[in-house]
Amino acid sequence: MDFLNAIVALLNFVIIPAAAYGAQLALGALGATLVYGVLRFSNFALGDTMAFGTAITILGTWWLQSHGVSFGILPTALLALPFGIAVTAALALATDRVVYRYYRQVRAKPVIVVIASMGVMFVMSGITRFVIGVEEIRFVDGTKFVIEANSFKQATGLAEGLALRSTQLLTMVTAALVVAALFWFLNSTRTGKSMRAYSDNEDLALLSGINPERVVAITWIIASALAVIAGTLYGLDKAYKAFNYFSLLLPIFAAAVVGGLGNPLGAIAGGFLVAFSEVGVTYAWKKVAGYVMPEGLAPDGLLQILSTDYKFSVSFAILILVLLFKPTGIFKGKAV
Amino acid sequence: MSFLAAENMTGGYGAADILHDCTLRVEKGQIAVIVGPNGAGKSTAMKAVFGMLKLRGGHVRLDGEDITQLSPQDRVAKGMGFVPQVNNVFPSMSVEENLEMGAFIRKDDFKATMEQVYDLFPILRDKRRQAAGELSGGQRQQVAVGRALMTQPKLLMLDEPTAGVSPIVMDELFDRIIEVARTGISILMVEQNARQALEIADQGYVLVQGANRYTDTGKALMADPEVRRTFLGG
Repeated sequence: MDFLNAIVALLNFVIIPAAAYGAQLALGALGATLVYGVLRFSNFALGDTMAFGTAITILGTWWLQSHGVSFGILPTALLALPFGIAVTAALALATDRVVYRYYRQVRAKPVIVVIASMGVMFVMSGITRFVIGVEEIRFVDGTKFVIEANSFKQATGLAEGLALRSTQLLTMVTAALVVAALFWFLNSTRTGKSMRAYSDNEDLALLSGINPERVVAITWIIASALAVIAGTLYGLDKAYKAFNYFSLLLPIFAAAVVGGLGNPLGAIAGGFLVAFSEVGVTYAWKKVAGYVMPEGLAPDGLLQILSTDYKFSVSFAILILVLLFKPTGIFKGKAV
Repeated sequence: MSFLAAENMTGGYGAADILHDCTLRVEKGQIAVIVGPNGAGKSTAMKAVFGMLKLRGGHVRLDGEDITQLSPQDRVAKGMGFVPQVNNVFPSMSVEENLEMGAFIRKDDFKATMEQVYDLFPILRDKRRQAAGELSGGQRQQVAVGRALMTQPKLLMLDEPTAGVSPIVMDELFDRIIEVARTGISILMVEQNARQALEIADQGYVLVQGANRYTDTGKALMADPEVRRTFLGG
């Protein structure tokens, strides 16, 4: 019986939260890796693109709610998502036109474009704060739980409760659908294949008659969509705060680099790897250990390796280890 | 009138000219080979024909039409196919996807052309689901040539197709190139393996310092004692 309790505690405190967080990171990392693959630079503005897109989605949600629209048991934000994506994609395309296109034309070194993207990042974070402010915003509605801790306890008779929030389930389902759609697009459509071809060998793609500006535009649209979906799911799951999205930049890039920059499959694997490491290292294992260890041997300490305040250092450590020992990542991406 | 007539080409990448009054001609369905010592401007001459180099003098005519001002992409649409020496495949994409990308500008059904490429290079049919980057050097060259054939070019240009492949594979590749020429496609090829290349060449160009030194049929160049002594190692 104790062993069962340990599994439930593990599910409740580690596996479910980490899987939901991993799905959010994976979507963000996919956006980062696509931009890296096609435009050949690390887009530092990604975190603030997420913040901006989520802010627009929240505005849309409020507007819908003020008109009495709701999405039943699902969050209203899902209805506002296409609006958020459209506005963010338009902003990304405008930014490309004003900033990045110039650097493409002069064939600037990637590091120069990275610095330019930092400038874009500051501008975007300023716009976001003007639009929606710096406060924490909760915009989730609909049904709160799929499985509730108390009813789970009553139904199973276990001491440990298991809670599955609807936003967590929603995150995982949405991420799976989005990833499936993206892979279908990249592997089965002419446009998707031309994107991969451009990412693989730019010169040969030009020789084959692939229009680079079209590829770049589609990449921005897809990357914006991924960023807004990831940002909105994160905001639904936790809460919206512009600064938090900037902080997500580190785990997202850690995920993309671990998986191999430019490799979509790697981005997904990397997202989950970073999420599970982060949650695993900052979780206090005392409770689980207490169930599994023989009586009397249960530890007194919390068995927490790092305080949650330091959770971003996990991504940082992963990033450094990968860059030192396997710069191309698990799935053989481009060397950084 | 030759099918390809690139005449009196003069130009280079920067201020200094690399090509000096260089002339290359290819007849319909024939094989022309450019040979010469290192740094003779062989690849540069080919790039000039393909429009990757700004010419300060001379002109390029394909099938009688002046294409001197066209970009490489527009020349592909006019019926030129180009196989670069290196980085000539999409490594992470499958063989079949490589061929599909070769046919990107075609709006019609290219399945028949793909079958022709597979008939020409049967090994590619077996490996069509495999990533091109995982193939051997010789197989990768076949993918590269196959990709260029997908636009159904009238002139196929090959920049050192046998660079870095074993002698057996080299013979095999040359055989395939002859087969391509027999279907009526003109071929312009730069080759480091001068002897073998001249053996299959209808027309040979020996370039030295960006200018034509000897121009004759492949056989005649092979027989010329001067050419043999200076460029073919005796």
